[in-house]
Amino acid sequence: MNASAPAEVKMKVKVRRGDRVFATSTVVAGSLILALLAATAIFLVVESLPALSANPKLLPGAPANVWAYVAPLAFGTVWAGLLAMLIALPLSIGIALFITHYAPRRIAQALGYVIDLLAAVPSVVFGLWGIAVLAPAVLPLYDWLVKTLGWIPLFTGPVSATGRTILTAAIVLAVMVIPIITALCREVFLQTPVLHEEAALALGATRLEMIQVAVLPFGRSGIISAAMLGLGRALGETMAVALVLSPALVINFALLTSNNPSTIASNIALTFNEATGIGLNALVTTGLVLFVITLIVNLGARYAVNRRKAFSGAN
Amino acid sequence: MAVTGAGPIVNSLTAGKLPKGAPWMLLIGSWIVLGIVFLFVQLSHGTTTFNLVGSLFFGTVLFDVLIYVVSYLVEGVRRARDRLLTALVATAFIVALLPLVSLLYTVLSKGIARFDPTFFSESMRNIVGPGGGALHAIIGTLEITAFATLISVPIGLMTAIYLVEYGRGALARSITFLVDVMSGIPSIVAGLFVFALFALLVGPAVRNGAMGAIALSVLMIPIVVRSSGEILKLVPNELREASYALGVPKWLTVLKIVLPTSAPGIITGIMLAIARVIGETAPLLLVSGFTQSVNYDLFSERMMTLPVFVYQSYVAQGLHAEDDINRAWAGALTLILIVMVLNLVARLIARFFAPKLGR
Repeated sequence: MNASAPAEVKMKVKVRRGDRVFATSTVVAGSLILALLAATAIFLVVESLPALSANPKLLPGAPANVWAYVAPLAFGTVWAGLLAMLIALPLSIGIALFITHYAPRRIAQALGYVIDLLAAVPSVVFGLWGIAVLAPAVLPLYDWLVKTLGWIPLFTGPVSATGRTILTAAIVLAVMVIPIITALCREVFLQTPVLHEEAALALGATRLEMIQVAVLPFGRSGIISAAMLGLGRALGETMAVALVLSPALVINFALLTSNNPSTIASNIALTFNEATGIGLNALVTTGLVLFVITLIVNLGARYAVNRRKAFSGAN
Repeated sequence: MAVTGAGPIVNSLTAGKLPKGAPWMLLIGSWIVLGIVFLFVQLSHGTTTFNLVGSLFFGTVLFDVLIYVVSYLVEGVRRARDRLLTALVATAFIVALLPLVSLLYTVLSKGIARFDPTFFSESMRNIVGPGGGALHAIIGTLEITAFATLISVPIGLMTAIYLVEYGRGALARSITFLVDVMSGIPSIVAGLFVFALFALLVGPAVRNGAMGAIALSVLMIPIVVRSSGEILKLVPNELREASYALGVPKWLTVLKIVLPTSAPGIITGIMLAIARVIGETAPLLLVSGFTQSVNYDLFSERMMTLPVFVYQSYVAQGLHAEDDINRAWAGALTLILIVMVLNLVARLIARFFAPKLGR
């Protein structure tokens, strides 16, 4: 190599105008997102301040204070979300395992598309289906549950006559978040090092044992973050719950009665267009609470993902 | 080995195992058994129609129990547990399919009644009872979604370009983080945000299509940023370096090399984002309101959209409830068809126009 570099030639770096304009406009676009999110938080806070300082007698239902108005709604939101996760998470893990480790290779991708189809259905259609098909269909099951298991507080009667209970809403929510959790779990399971799986099988493990020792431990934090992202989706879901649930502003754990806690999102959708004055501000306050709850859940999911990055030495 | 005597020859490789087709036969058998059970229920007037979903579901559950017991007796506990898990994951898949099939069947069978030319050529103005259609809602949905796309695509795409091509350091990190946060915003909160914004600027009673479009773009921007960012990262660095080596400035490299290479993927991402927001109801219900008439103007007066039309027809049933319900289902069918077509076209574009990278 004859290193005859042109010595001491000072290149004057000229930034072309096109470069400068283009780079600046990308920065502006990125910063717009910062501004948008800040604006969301600020405007929600500003619009909810009147409700916090107002005379609580003016709020809908005349509660003791604004938090007494928010609490049942926040409870209903979290309760419905947790119930939905209880149904959706085992099913999603099962489906993801089925697609990645059990279904024949040739049709596995097609099966994945079929599950993705569920994600494409608009939520209002899910609501219609829940109210017109699911609620009547599960009513006999609810009757049976109340009759035989009524001594468990969760299943106390009297059973709702329409089937539009919090459990039905949770089932609809579960169906809606299954494709989200499944898609994320599928990706995590596919990343399991093949060598780990083959090593387990070579030691004589059955497929169940292989999944127990190789796939699930590897995917644990991925499953957790998928579950939290799904939960975030379920908490914010509006129209399906608004259509399916017949709400009452209560804190009530019973699953099958007609006395159901409402969720924040569905309460906003149902009462927004009739609300005026301080009532509107109260609704914005509940929206702010929902924003904070979903933010915490989503940050939790992010934390789980980041921890996984640090620890998975396999990829 | 050492099989002596007169007995039948035992294949030591398959001994103590269930025959190959056994699980399938068990599955079909349990479906038939439960089918017969539900047939009896129907014949004894327990139900008015044959409960197909019930027999499939409970038949599959029966199969889960049967396969465990049979396999436990023949193959031992380890294989039995393995077979049980196999059966359970298959069950999970079938259970997830039931609502999908039921939903598609319901929407199709109930929506087809009003899925006629009138539905697409008339609005609900002065309509009481039968007739009428969703023309005003379809126009509203198209205009609002188009305007939302017009806002989100430039912002989203430029942000993705910034993050992939330019962004280093704290600003890029915080934007990535906030895009993640933004993609978790519930749709109703996006609607509330736009309401709060306009309530402060104009007044709390203002409703129009543009507000709906802004709310939708809050939901759409993070999807566009993420999908196009992923695609831009796939463009091989060699292409950029070859372009620089020829003396092409960076911005032209991005515009003429990177973007055309990734165009199909970006378009797919945008179409999927549109499919995701076109069915959004909650924010539009809040900020675009509802009306019975056609409104072409995004910036004044309330504007109907298809999802809100479906919701409103079902919730606010008038004297002629039957007609309202039929229109709601026809609207639902239209909506599902639009979303499915968008998804399908997006996937086809991704498949057929994908650049052939590397091997």
